[in-house]
Order: sequence, then C-alpha cells, then structure tokens
Amino acid sequence: MIPAQFQYAAPASIPDAIALLKSNPDAKILSGGQSLIPLMKFRLAQPAMIVDLNNIGGLDYIREQGGWLKIGALARESELEDSALVREKYPLLYDTTLSVADPIVRNRATLAGNLAHADPANDHPATMLAYRAQVVATGTSGNRTIAIDDFFQGLFATALASDEILSEVQIPAPVARSGGAYFKMERKVGDFATAGVAVQLNLDASGKIEQIGIGLTNVGLQALRAKRSEDALRGEMPDAKWIERAAMFAQEDCEPNADLRGGVEYKRNLVRVLTMRAIEKAVARARGNG
Amino acid sequence: MNVTININGKEYSDDVEPRLLLVHFIRENANLTGTHVGCDTTSCGACTVLVDGVPMKSCTMFAVQANGKSITTVEGLAQNGKLAPIQEGFHEKHGLQCGFCTPGMMLTSVAFLKKNPHPSEEEIRWAISGNLCRCTGYVNIVEAVQYAAEKMAEAQNG
Repeated sequence: MIPAQFQYAAPASIPDAIALLKSNPDAKILSGGQSLIPLMKFRLAQPAMIVDLNNIGGLDYIREQGGWLKIGALARESELEDSALVREKYPLLYDTTLSVADPIVRNRATLAGNLAHADPANDHPATMLAYRAQVVATGTSGNRTIAIDDFFQGLFATALASDEILSEVQIPAPVARSGGAYFKMERKVGDFATAGVAVQLNLDASGKIEQIGIGLTNVGLQALRAKRSEDALRGEMPDAKWIERAAMFAQEDCEPNADLRGGVEYKRNLVRVLTMRAIEKAVARARGNG
Repeated sequence: MNVTININGKEYSDDVEPRLLLVHFIRENANLTGTHVGCDTTSCGACTVLVDGVPMKSCTMFAVQANGKSITTVEGLAQNGKLAPIQEGFHEKHGLQCGFCTPGMMLTSVAFLKKNPHPSEEEIRWAISGNLCRCTGYVNIVEAVQYAAEKMAEAQNG
C-alpha cells in the first residue's frame, strides 16, 4: 500500500521542528511511525507534511532526575525494555512496554509517540494515568507541563497544540512500599488489547493502601481512570473484599464497545477480572514479593 | 529526494519520493528481492531487515529515513559463498516450508543471537514473536535458531 504524497522534512533540532510545524499546521510529527505509517498506508491519515524527529540528537534518554523518571521523545520501547532502572524500579512501565505490539515494532516505536497518538487501544495511556504522570509539551514559547488527566481529550485527541511537540514524559519516582502491574488480554502477540488494566499503588506502614492509580485500556473513547475503584481502595487494607468491590466499580464504570474482540458484557467482566489481578500483583510487589 | 543507502556493504543512490517505503527501495530500486512484503500492515515481519544492526519492519519506514544508514538483508548473510550459521540452521533443521517468512525470521534471529548468544527455547519464541509463519513451522524454526546458537558458540570456543 502506498501512502498519499507528502512533503518530508527531518530537522536537526527541536526549534527547527517547531518552526516547520508553525508554518505547516497540517503537518504530522513522525517519531517511531509504527502507528502513523500504517494509517498513512490505509490513507486514514494524509498529512501534507511529515516532520520527522529522528534526526534530532539527545532525545533518547531514560533517566531519574529530581524525583521523576524522565523519558525523552525518541526513547524506543526496546530501550525501556532493556533498561535495568525501568525493570527494577518501574515494574508497571516494564510490564506495559513488554505488552506493546511485538519485539520488532518496539525497536522503532516510542513511548512519547504512543501517548501523542492517543489511540484508546494503546497501552501506555492507561499506565500513565495509573502513575499520575505528566508530559512536557515544547512549543514556540518554550515548555509547558501537562498533567496526564488533562492530556487525553477523546479519540486520537490530546491537549497538544499543532505547533507543539511532546518532548518528554515524566513519571513520579515511586515512594517506599510501591508496586504496580499491567494486565492485558490480547488475542495474539501484536494485537491491541481486548481490555487492559494498569495499577500503581503504595502501602503505608500499617499495610493500608495510601495512594492508588488505576487506568483502563481500550474500554472507552480514551484511556479511562477508574476513579470510583481508586476511591474505594484508598485508606483500606488490600483484602479480597475491598479488591472485589473496586473491581466491580471498574466493571460498571468502563465504556467498552462490542467488536471482533468481544461483546460489551464480556469486556466488562474482563475488566473486573483484570483489575483484581492487577491490584493483587501490585500489592504483592509493594510488599516486596512480586 | 536523493538518498544513499548502504545495503549489504554496497551503496545505492536514487532520487525517490518521500512516500517510498524502505522495502520497495530494497526490492525495486536495489533489486534485492529476498526481502518480502507479507501483510504490509506491520504485523507479519516478512519485510524485517537490519537497520544499523537493529531489526526493523521495512514496510513501516520510509526510504528517506534510511538515508545514510547501513542495511543488512538476507542477501548479505552469507560471506564468501559460505552460509551464515543461521542459514545453515534453517537448512539443517528444515526451518522453512514455503520460505516466505524465512528472510525476516533469519534477520531477527541474527540480531537476537548477538544480544543473547545462549537463549532458552522460550526466549527464542519470544524473540521471533513479531515474525509470523503461516505454515506454522515454528518447532523447526526454533530448532534452527538453537542450531545457529550452538554453531556460533563452537566457532567462538573452537
């Protein structure tokens, strides 16, 4: 399949890229391209111009700084997968990365692109909701930070302006007794989630849940925060009764559509089961035996 | 746009449209037809090539993005008329039936074995999970990769 014609630019710096975006409001940003290029081949996307970020140096970092894990726009999924820091300290992010597409796609795909594309079927948006992450948008007038809850604005829609680049993802460094997990049901490697659930939490000294974030993948027009489930568990001991109750709320509050992957009732039930499993795994990891 | 891409040690230059996919540059501009187009939707991995040593799906990259880069395709695996260990493995272990997925399988495996020279069966299956074999001959493909790993270890110790 051949995409429609477009103009191609591969600027060497972020300011150059922003200048191009500013003078070409219909331009699309290309990072990994593993979602955008297939869409262009199907001609679901026909951008007049492609601004390829791949020639910009120094954007592939993964580092902790000032209480945040900071991930540059061009850090590939495979680099997250190979990062000892991510594997040991950010198990929710590690789980999620491993469930994105397949190993070859992950060699090219980026976390920032996964978020900026804002496909409700993508895995990282729910995980970023669970982490209460934030993103840095770089535009003509500098950087602004956007909380993840304000970032997703519906199907394929984000808070980014047409001349802004998602330059960095920031995940809060976990406090003591933290744990997280991502559970995804997929029909086969490389498929989008039938449903997915991301959980990040921490326990207080007495073992009660102090803070918890729960994000849901592909059961709504955007990644959803399971707010009632979070509220139900905050301040409680993570025992079976409370976990089941929180999972029931997630089942009720998600908004799945029927498709080839399953009907609405099936998906709701799946969300309930995956929510229980993800909470249990997150709690086990927070207790240091995950 | 003018691009110059090094494929298997040889430079290929051409004036191409930005929308030309890398796989089409390899097959039609460089006339190296060992790289296959399978699903054309980033799923099957038949078009996998190494870009600066890293496996990529060449149907999901524009040729202009490979400007100045070094590509390895299946035609670049054998050296001086001698099959690479991975090719020998696919031959010895009957790792192919129709052969359509084989170039992608081999290139993914070459990069994987460089990273993980002594993999378990599970690690091999995980590594090739982005390459689909519609003949479903995965058992022999895994054995072919294991064969190559052993051959390479022998050569190193030998």
